[in-house]
Amino acid sequence: MIAFVIYKFILCAIVFGVSLGVAAYSTLWERKFSAILQDRVGPDKAGPWGLLQPLADGGKMFFKEEIIPTVSNKFLFILGPSLFMLTALMTGAVIPWGADLVIGGKTYSAQITDINIGVLYLLGVVSVGVYGVMIGGWASNNKYALLGAIRASSQMISYEIAMGISVIALVVTAGGTLSLREIVQQQDAGFANIVYQPLGFLIFFICALAETNRAPFDLPECESELVGGYHTEYSSMKLGLFLFAEYINMFISSAIMAAFYFGGYNFPFAAEFYNAIGLEAGSIWITLIGFGAFFTKIVIFICVFMWIRWTLPRFRYDQLMDLGWRILIPLSLLNLAITVGVEYLRGNINF
Amino acid sequence: MALQLTNRRKVVSNKEQSFSERLYLPGILKGMLITGSHIFKKSVTIRYPEQTRPVAPVYRGQHVLKRDENGAERCTACGMCAVACPAEAITMENAERKKGEEHLYREEKYASKYEINMLRCIFCGLCEEACPKEAIFLTDRIVDAEYERDDFVYGKDKLVEKIEKRIDVSKRQTIEVSEFKKVPGTKHNTLYDGKAIGKGKH
Ligand code: SF4
Ligand code: SF4
Repeated sequence: MIAFVIYKFILCAIVFGVSLGVAAYSTLWERKFSAILQDRVGPDKAGPWGLLQPLADGGKMFFKEEIIPTVSNKFLFILGPSLFMLTALMTGAVIPWGADLVIGGKTYSAQITDINIGVLYLLGVVSVGVYGVMIGGWASNNKYALLGAIRASSQMISYEIAMGISVIALVVTAGGTLSLREIVQQQDAGFANIVYQPLGFLIFFICALAETNRAPFDLPECESELVGGYHTEYSSMKLGLFLFAEYINMFISSAIMAAFYFGGYNFPFAAEFYNAIGLEAGSIWITLIGFGAFFTKIVIFICVFMWIRWTLPRFRYDQLMDLGWRILIPLSLLNLAITVGVEYLRGNINF
Repeated sequence: MALQLTNRRKVVSNKEQSFSERLYLPGILKGMLITGSHIFKKSVTIRYPEQTRPVAPVYRGQHVLKRDENGAERCTACGMCAVACPAEAITMENAERKKGEEHLYREEKYASKYEINMLRCIFCGLCEEACPKEAIFLTDRIVDAEYERDDFVYGKDKLVEKIEKRIDVSKRQTIEVSEFKKVPGTKHNTLYDGKAIGKGKH
């Protein structure tokens, strides 16, 4: 029992540490990558190649003056960013980070928890994240913040529908399982889900952009209209939490996309490769190599997120809603219908 | 034909978006290819304090107050530069040279205080043009950044060149300029090397 608790605790610590670390270095890479795309150099003064920049940024955030507007609701004002950060970190719990590990005859899975409704858990937690934004924006007692929060929540809610439907189509292809571990494992045997669900992936990807409030869907914080959007009134580390949680969300979204559609910690000819270098199932090397493959996919997705951000201007708000409700939702329904039809013809489901 | 008042009329296209345009995706991909192609381009950044941009030989940057060949300050506090300055950036106070200070000041009257406000200065070079004593020149040095506005008011400590570290202004004071100044009407001027020309006594 104690061993189990310790093992889970260590795993949690690792996942949190990795999430935070990746988020921190995403901020640096975002600046570097934007610089590369714009023929600039980017931050390079703090440490070699600017590697200490995230530390400097974090330190700066801590030392900024902390302001809580007197007209705001103090409790909710603090609750907002905390909730946003909490939900961002919670999503990491159900993601299978690597293959199972056998140490001393015992199997340890590289996943904090394999609940059989993992997909629903993800969707649920992601929607709770909206409350963080909404509460924060409302408690600020500021028009811009409120408008930003309303935009953020309506955007998140609208895109969650299309996202949910495309995930249902994915679950149908995956044989009806809602466990992320099984979804990843069944891709090990056959092809990655992207082969079966290209349209579903596209919809999911667009919705993930909108869910993480990143360009071209960064209307909740569009500076030209709303000053800072829902975090206008925030300063110091509370602002830091909002900004940081966004990067964690980006990391987790990339992880989910890699797990759902690109086989997670699998890679083509993984079994043959492990055989060729003589690794047995359960070896720590398999877990590590698998994690490496997973991580590579995540990093590629993060780069694509940034690439899009530094390419596209922001949508207009009516275009955003139009895209969500009149294009993506019908498309995802179509995708679901086709998926169910094909699976029925293949005899995988019967009514 | 409708009455046409000017020929600057322009027909603006207001055509419906085509299907592929409404899909956004082709346009997005095209845009991403454009930005993506910049990954392989060289950055144009000049890392300023370590690298400097090459400037023209006659670049007008931070001023210097010259000393003559004996190390005495050339400026005689005549105020011509301050009068010429369109930005009113120059102020000065004068003082009379005492006995025994001949090695410090070239003329009988000198500037005891000489200040240029680098925030007001527009680096036009008119002060240099106006100076009858060839005392002030602009150089290719760049005025440093400061934290306080007051620090931009440069006094004599920053403006007068150090005896052991003379500042070369020959790039701005070319032979041609010196020759030009020999022309009657501009002959009140002296050559940069300090040789008096014309009939004026300095
Ligand atoms: S360069 Fe022009 S603006 Fe500057 S001090 Fe000389 S005359 Fe004035
Ligand atoms: S710098 Fe030249 S113009 Fe200005 S006060 Fe001195 S001598 Fe006169």
